Amino acid sequence: MTLLSVEGLGIAFGGIKAVHDVSFKVEPGEIVSVIGPNGAGKTTLFNMISGVYQPGSGRVVLEGEDVTGMAPFRLAQRGMSRTFQNLQIFQNMTVLENAISGFHLQEKGPVLADLLHLPSSRRRARAADAGARKLLARVGLERAADREAGNLSYGSLKRLEIARALAMKPKVLLLDEPAAGCNAVETEEIDHLIAEVAASGTAILLVEHDMKMVMRISSHIVVLDHGEKIAEGAPAEVSRNPAVIAAYLGTEEGADADG
Amino acid sequence: MPKLTAKSATLLVLAALIAVTPFFFPSGYYYRIGALIFVNGLAVTGIVILTGYAGQISLGHAGFAGIGGYACALAPTHLGLHPSLAVVLGAVISGVLAYLVGRPILRLKGYYLAVATLGFGILVSMVLNNERRLTGGPDGIAVPELGLRGLLKDWGLDLTNGEFWYFFCGLVLLIGAWIALNLHQSPSGRALRALHGSEIAAGTVGIDVARVKLQAFVISAVYASVAGSLVALQNKFITPDVAGFMHSIEMVTMAVLGGAGSVLGAIFGAGILTLLPQALTVFAEYEQLVLGLVMMLVMIFLREGLLPSILRKLRGRGE
Ligand SMILES: Nc1ncnc2c1ncn2[C@@H]1O[C@H](COP(=O)(O)OP(=O)(O)O)[C@@H](O)[C@H]1O
Ligand SMILES: [Mg+2]
Repeated sequence: MTLLSVEGLGIAFGGIKAVHDVSFKVEPGEIVSVIGPNGAGKTTLFNMISGVYQPGSGRVVLEGEDVTGMAPFRLAQRGMSRTFQNLQIFQNMTVLENAISGFHLQEKGPVLADLLHLPSSRRRARAADAGARKLLARVGLERAADREAGNLSYGSLKRLEIARALAMKPKVLLLDEPAAGCNAVETEEIDHLIAEVAASGTAILLVEHDMKMVMRISSHIVVLDHGEKIAEGAPAEVSRNPAVIAAYLGTEEGADADG
Repeated sequence: MPKLTAKSATLLVLAALIAVTPFFFPSGYYYRIGALIFVNGLAVTGIVILTGYAGQISLGHAGFAGIGGYACALAPTHLGLHPSLAVVLGAVISGVLAYLVGRPILRLKGYYLAVATLGFGILVSMVLNNERRLTGGPDGIAVPELGLRGLLKDWGLDLTNGEFWYFFCGLVLLIGAWIALNLHQSPSGRALRALHGSEIAAGTVGIDVARVKLQAFVISAVYASVAGSLVALQNKFITPDVAGFMHSIEMVTMAVLGGAGSVLGAIFGAGILTLLPQALTVFAEYEQLVLGLVMMLVMIFLREGLLPSILRKLRGRGE
């Protein structure tokens, strides 16, 4: 059974088709990249898959179940997790607490036990705490654990979001420009991290503007332009595709200029 | 020195204040004011959970205080319940009503809760005013004696009425603060604070945002209800004012003024706003004006609330 299947997905804002009839499949352990010029509809596509937007047409099927437009928290329960291009950090919490939040589904329990600080509640919280510290170490943020999340650099926040998403041990992980705003070293680290996570069996759906990174790590690539899929295939095929080259050359903003 | 967690520090400070302040009371009258501060502090601790943790605003929490208060007036006479059980009954009714009111509303994004609770508060207040046969209407109604003071006396602890209510409300406030602080560091409390930070991200990590908002609303309603019960039992009398719109606003203002994000801050706010009107009587008819001015200035210059801002300044100087 296919892990994630996107079938004819589309949405329009005020009559303008932001995404139109996009289909592709993602299998366990694959890294599927979605590329395209600025405004092509990549983030909008992610928002539809992850339930933030209700698609106007088409279906999202996760492990054979139609999950189209399902609330994000239900998708999370079914093993889908994501990060955001424009960061969605819990600014009112510490770095550690942000990471612990990723363990919500594992650490939640009866609210009464939490109110009374019962041993069961402490046990759940302790397990999440330990898991979160491990993940912070994995993304190089262990020393920032007790800092206010709002005070971190942009690159660190990007990694914190990834740590939070990984805490859920997702089956599918959607990463929207995880390396944007990161320096070369950080980008390389994120690159390794993504490959590692995929190797452990998690499917990754990636939007990234660093073409070297995309070409290196993708299993296959979906190319969007003006909301439509104009090409799909292995990295080598896609980079030779005339329609893709035209789409990139035809826009003023190059592929690397997106923010 | 062993490391103090924020929770035990808060509880220690609170317990110390409750224990030590009476030594400075010029007269027995001050026990009454102290008890009033504690009761307000308890209601405001509930607001901390709803507004400070979860970021939701209620403009009708006095309605729950009214339910708690009138439960103590009505349940003993009509149902034959002991007043202490009437407190529990009031809390249960408040919790159930909060669930019923909150459930449809908290699915919606935005300020619907504020509007809906505003309506709820007005409704409770109207019922209490108009159902004269049951509630005594605007004139209020007598509330039976709790009876705990007599029990303590039999056990050899002889307190004046003022002393008893001061220490009893202080104790309940401590328990309320302990529970709120437990919640803060627990998985459920983290979920509340997460949705306050970003509802979208909260959903992404699997938090059922509507459900946990509802939890916060129900819990905070129970706090308000118990506070209302304590006021009624202490005064042995209750009027519909306890459920009035002004009282709802007062609760939110106390929390925000002191610092809605921190239990100690909010209780501090309750203290200030309970004392300030007494202090401001020298301004006679300008009292309300000065009060409004003080609050505006705090909100403009100390956005996080009094206590967190003061602590931050002190810490900044220490470095
Ligand atoms: N909520 C929205 N309302 C209106 N237009 C939107 C909305 N979200 C995205 N769009 C539009 O959809 C198009 C695609 O945007 P986006 O998905 O962010 O592109 P990308 O991520 O590929 O850069 C843009 O023209 C954008 O303005
Ligand atoms: Mg985008």
